[in-house]
Amino acid sequence: MMDFIGSLGDILGNASFWVAVLRIATPLIFGTVGVLLCERAGVLNLGIEGIMVAGAFAGWLTVYGGGSLWTGVLVAALVGAAFGLLHAWLTVGLALSQHVAGLGITMLATALSYYGYRVSFPKVNTPPTVTPFAPMDWFPLPVFDAQTPPTLLALILVPLIAWLLYRTPIGLAVRMVGENPQAAEGQGVSVAAVRTGAIVAGSALMGVAGSFLTLSAFNAFFFNMINGRGWICVALVVFAAWQPGKALLGALLFAFFDALQLRLQQSGDAVLPYQFYLMLPYALSIVALILVARRATYPQALMKPYRKGER
Amino acid sequence: MRLEKRNESSALVLIAAPFAAVAFTLSVAALLVLWAGAPVGRTYSLLLQGGFGSVFAWSETLTRATPLILSGLAATVAFKARLFNIGAEGQLYAGALAAIAVGGLHGGTGLEWSPWILFPLMIVAAALAGAALLLGPALMKQKLGVDEVVTTLLFNFIVLLFVGAMLDGPMKDPTAMGWPQSVALNGELELGKLIEGTRVHSGLLFAAFLAVAMWALFRFTTLGFRIRAVGANARAAAFAGIPVTGTVVMVALLSGGLAGVAGAIEVAGRTGYVTLDMSPGYGYSGIVIAMLAGLHPIGVLLASIFVAGVLVGADSMSRAIGVPTYIADVIVATSLLSVLVATLLTQYRVRWK
Amino acid sequence: MTEPAPVLRIRNISKRFGELLANDAISLTLDSGEVLALLGENGAGKSTLMSILFGHYVADAGDIEVFGKPLPPGNPRIALNAGIGMVHQHFTLADNLSVLDNIVLGSEPLWQPFSNRRAARTKLLDVAHRFGLPVDPDARVGTLSVGERQRVEILKALYRGARILILDEPTAVLTPQESESLFATLAQMVAQGLSIIFISHKLGEVLRVSDRVAVLRAGKLVAEAATKGVTQAQLAQWMVGHGVDAAERQPTRVRGGSVCALERVSTARRGREYLRDVSLALHAGEIVAIAGVSGNGQAALANLLCGTLSAEHGSVTLLDAPLPAEPDRLVQLGVARVPEDRHAVGVVGDLPVWENALSERLSSPAFSRGGWIRGTAARAHAQTIVKRFDVRGGGLTTAARSLSGGNMQKLILGRALTPPAGAVAAKLIVAHQPTWGLDIGAVAFVQQQLVAARDAGAAVLLISDDLDEVMALGDRIAVMHAGALTEALPAEQWTRETIGLAMAGSHAASTPGAERAA
Repeated sequence: MMDFIGSLGDILGNASFWVAVLRIATPLIFGTVGVLLCERAGVLNLGIEGIMVAGAFAGWLTVYGGGSLWTGVLVAALVGAAFGLLHAWLTVGLALSQHVAGLGITMLATALSYYGYRVSFPKVNTPPTVTPFAPMDWFPLPVFDAQTPPTLLALILVPLIAWLLYRTPIGLAVRMVGENPQAAEGQGVSVAAVRTGAIVAGSALMGVAGSFLTLSAFNAFFFNMINGRGWICVALVVFAAWQPGKALLGALLFAFFDALQLRLQQSGDAVLPYQFYLMLPYALSIVALILVARRATYPQALMKPYRKGER
Repeated sequence: MRLEKRNESSALVLIAAPFAAVAFTLSVAALLVLWAGAPVGRTYSLLLQGGFGSVFAWSETLTRATPLILSGLAATVAFKARLFNIGAEGQLYAGALAAIAVGGLHGGTGLEWSPWILFPLMIVAAALAGAALLLGPALMKQKLGVDEVVTTLLFNFIVLLFVGAMLDGPMKDPTAMGWPQSVALNGELELGKLIEGTRVHSGLLFAAFLAVAMWALFRFTTLGFRIRAVGANARAAAFAGIPVTGTVVMVALLSGGLAGVAGAIEVAGRTGYVTLDMSPGYGYSGIVIAMLAGLHPIGVLLASIFVAGVLVGADSMSRAIGVPTYIADVIVATSLLSVLVATLLTQYRVRWK
Repeated sequence: MTEPAPVLRIRNISKRFGELLANDAISLTLDSGEVLALLGENGAGKSTLMSILFGHYVADAGDIEVFGKPLPPGNPRIALNAGIGMVHQHFTLADNLSVLDNIVLGSEPLWQPFSNRRAARTKLLDVAHRFGLPVDPDARVGTLSVGERQRVEILKALYRGARILILDEPTAVLTPQESESLFATLAQMVAQGLSIIFISHKLGEVLRVSDRVAVLRAGKLVAEAATKGVTQAQLAQWMVGHGVDAAERQPTRVRGGSVCALERVSTARRGREYLRDVSLALHAGEIVAIAGVSGNGQAALANLLCGTLSAEHGSVTLLDAPLPAEPDRLVQLGVARVPEDRHAVGVVGDLPVWENALSERLSSPAFSRGGWIRGTAARAHAQTIVKRFDVRGGGLTTAARSLSGGNMQKLILGRALTPPAGAVAAKLIVAHQPTWGLDIGAVAFVQQQLVAARDAGAAVLLISDDLDEVMALGDRIAVMHAGALTEALPAEQWTRETIGLAMAGSHAASTPGAERAA
């Protein structure tokens, strides 16, 4: 037991641990904020898992093909937005089941990315690599100076989205459309336009979340590299009660545990098979959902398709 | 763009919708074939031959269809009650593990009972394992309002890691030279082949029987009625005296059980042991199959054969012409989305003003 | 009489929904500073017409002019900008947002980088003051009373500078006294130059507030007249197309023993819907009518007696045994239930008529054995119900959702009042808003069935927020307010005024026999 506490102390006292926490949190922040935008507008976007795959692949392929790193991020965002547009057409335009449409998009985006990868690299065994974002060693703060610029972007994004949601007319429209679309329509706000916009923007962020993995955290594209991170983001949004600030906190808390399990796993004196440590993130997400379930105040119109002129 | 509800949709339109959707899908996928630099006509004809062009092709397709029928039924019964069970993949693996636990030679129960007792026991254990896995999310949905899609998805990852741990540990096959695979199933429990020299096994008949049984359940029994009523309108069902939570729990047991049985049948009919790649996403494909079938158990049979044919055909086509096998996944995913749209258009009319 | 320029001119508007011609070449004008009442039965086409005016629907034919300019169809924003404001019957407010949020939405350009909250607040308070409609801009809408919410709805329109205000059945959710204060507000608005369209199916209030009245029947404009000079009887005749006998009360002849009794019952608090220390006894052969503004605990009372809610304190007995909180047990014991929301609760819309007729009696041995449904018996039973209760608009296999409201209600009533062979006949009938939204023919049918069941010896609990219905049918009447129920007294001891006061929770009025009760 003392051993365990001792090694825990070693882990937490090490700056590289906190560097890892922020790095693990970054794609979760992008993804969670993306889901949050969609859900605040009343739409569950289960396309996230696949959109992250597509973002990771498209961003990486752009850089591999000679584009700059930021061009890669931009392309990832655009690809995300394109899948968002498809999602919006299905769930807003046609008012189809958000569950099934989202899963369909995840399957489609994943399959297209893998297909594209195999078409581009038919016969490679070791995945080709790119030069990823370099750490911002000029940054005057410890821990942050080991991060890459997209992490900074993620941290700036959170207050920006909070401002957008709570301080601007468009943010009010997004919230209203997620609470009571009839009311929004009656005030002259187009529900279809606002929801579509929110889904497209949110999906673009999901694409960026994916690109972080191939352009910052790693330097190549692997199959199964998203590995449920998208679903975890969906759980985190519920945990965060649909508030951007809490979403940031949730992502950091979650990354803290994920980094911790990685360290414990590597520390050698692990008592359990390593798989049990890897389960932790998924198990924690479920626990988080149970913890907040009783007091969660969902956006009132979440998952309720809105057809104009129908009550 | 507005949607206007149709008053009646003719049976013809209802049956034509999935076919139109598949036709649309194939033309979309043709663009991807062109991207890969292959001739579209030849690719599709190779795909078709590989899936359905010979006895061997049919035998492979039907082998592949067997677990798909079961996971398709699992999704069908769950979706009918609006319990969105996306965890069939995990439940399938749980069922496979349970099958080995009961019927494995060493590292399982090691029971030397007659296969006449052991086989049913193995199936029941697999069904219970799958059912138990879905029970939690179903209860969390009913009692706490936790969305079951996210929980069942997350459980898939947990189960797969658990399977990994078991294959490294208690169920490890010591003779597999470090390859992650479980001990083998007792040979007496393996299912017989339907056609000598192929892999089609009697599990196919069992799956087909379950499809007919599910159809009868929905159509003729009070439980089937309750499931349909709860799925269509839970509030009205509760008012009429249908126990909603009880029905959802029953659905969870059925759905998880079917997925678990899919795992056991795969082990007993095809692999003989559990590996981490024994299911290339059968659980997820089950969702597509259920939607393609319009949640009709008999339709599930046809949709499973279609999806299995595409997967098998793509494998053989890819070996011949080099178009990546992932084309099959694109076709399956696109079919799902286009069937959704096509079904909607049977119920609604699009007005462009 | 001078002829001021009309502020609104509707010409030849037609709208068809499938088979139904909801609006048939309707033409209307609204003059500056007048209150035009739009009168008609449920389903006469009033709401459709107003939804077209406000851009929710697009008309198939016809055109609209506002202040002399044509109004492009199909866009609420254009209607708002043209000066049209609409107060919906079912409020369109977001409960989780503040009053100010609800009101300012859409009033600023969407892409403005910040929202000018201070200016908006000042403007709102100013408008509220000018029209005498005080509100707290920061209150969460979910915490407001129904009357306050309506005030927010009206302010929403006024804030946007509406010059023409449409009010859709605005008094449906108000107590008589609250309605009076609404009428005062309307007068104030007219004095400030607004023009108002007042939609209603209540004759009395139409005569009371309007300058002119237009009557719709079955999608057609059948009459238009200055309100002065028309009588209630005249309006009624226009509205339904034939003379109407004022509903005559047929008091109960025999009152039997107690069937169901609530003894100081309280239920868990869920928003405003809960019961507080409610006592009530229902006797065989009588109709007890519960009046009140909906949302004061009526749903809790109905759910309690329908088996979908259990009491937290107190006791509920049915025929001297505790009432089970299980709908299927209740049905077996002879409780017939008609829920408030027939579409969402009464039927499973996707299932066919015959399965809906069966749904309450699924486990009855008449219809199932060993888990298998006896389809032939169930279909025969459904056929009996369809015939006896005259359910039209489809066969046994038609999806219930495609039935009209009246036929759906007949199906629900028929299911409740037709026990299969071997089951007990209805002993207690719980009918919650059974005639809401039905046309006059269906209303009469439903009411006759309730009276007939009473005469056959059943105890009937009728919960309704239609005061006329309560007074026409109730042998005894009790009034609900904020979860509490007054004593149920013989109908003769109540007047419209005392009921109204009790609906508003005025304690002095809540027990007309106050001296005795004290």
